[in-house]
Amino acid sequence: MKEKYNTCMQLFTTFFRIGAFTFGGGYAMIPIIQKEAVEKRHWIKDEDIIDLLAIAESTPGVLAVNSATFVGYNVGGFWGSLAATVGVVLPSFIIILILSGFYLAFRQNVWVDYAFRGIKAGVCVLLLKSFMKLYKALDKKAFHMVLLALAIIASAVIDIESIFIILSGGIIGYIYCTFFRDKKEAEK
Amino acid sequence: MNIYIELFVTFFKIGLFTIGGGYAMIPMMQEEVVSRSWATIETVIDFIAVSESTPGPFAVNMATFIGCEVGGFWGAVCSTLGVVTPSFIIILAIAKFFATFAQDRRVKAVLYGIRPVVVGLIGVAAFSIGKAAFLTGEGINFISVIIFSVAFGVYKKFPKIHPVFIVFLSMALGIIFYGFFPSLVTVLT
Repeated sequence: MKEKYNTCMQLFTTFFRIGAFTFGGGYAMIPIIQKEAVEKRHWIKDEDIIDLLAIAESTPGVLAVNSATFVGYNVGGFWGSLAATVGVVLPSFIIILILSGFYLAFRQNVWVDYAFRGIKAGVCVLLLKSFMKLYKALDKKAFHMVLLALAIIASAVIDIESIFIILSGGIIGYIYCTFFRDKKEAEK
Repeated sequence: MNIYIELFVTFFKIGLFTIGGGYAMIPMMQEEVVSRSWATIETVIDFIAVSESTPGPFAVNMATFIGCEVGGFWGAVCSTLGVVTPSFIIILAIAKFFATFAQDRRVKAVLYGIRPVVVGLIGVAAFSIGKAAFLTGEGINFISVIIFSVAFGVYKKFPKIHPVFIVFLSMALGIIFYGFFPSLVTVLT
């Protein structure tokens, strides 16, 4: 009982930090999840982050909440998922509640603007780093390299929505594994 | 309908039908929120900018903000609960069965194709935030180049450093350079 309570508290504080330091939303939270949930707590592995994102991106709702609920459930069951989800949402909730009276003044404040313009360049470094780490976690078969390149082209050049790119990846993976890949390798 | 229930239900719908997160919810937000006169489209657009400079997911920020405008503190609680609940229920259901589900040959095949795609999309996210940071319209933003290089250098030297430190560092450098040496932006133009 005590142990369960401690796990839930850890989930709450970890995801509170993740919620509090994710600027720009969405993928910008990946570096912090890697640090907090993978390196510090060993709740999940780098490979699991990829699966987690695949699930979070192809289901409705907010990426941050989806990830918190999923990790929370795997670590601490229902109460774990509740603790993580409340944790990830609470920082935004508190900050916006405080700001809501004077959000225009906040937005038009030049120092806030300078800080935020600085953050963009920093978040770019963080995301590159995450990309490198997750790239290492992939198995480097030609099939994976081709799909990776196709996904980049589809998103950056043709500007197709992520959900369609992910669904296509799933379909291609299914066809490839069912009809072309030898059975023994697939079992691994 | 009671305003609290209406806030909950409206944001529940927004949370339920937003696949892909973030800006994908803007059209939905416009339809549901602007049509109820909870906010004007100008406020929604202004608020997108605020949301980008505060931490946290855009959807949650937006729900809290509109809820607070319409129904005060409890309004904010209802709309935030509303936008979060669909994800929570859906992911809970998936997580419950994922361990067994992930052993299935077909699911494995699908995930095998999805993995490289997700990694590619993260690369694209890094690229697009880089584009926003580095391009000024006329040329390359030199302050971003400095911040990027410093942050990158710090990461190279201390690979174990917490990402939050990089966030604070780049905030501080942004304030220093944009605040005191704004002409540096155009050095490369």
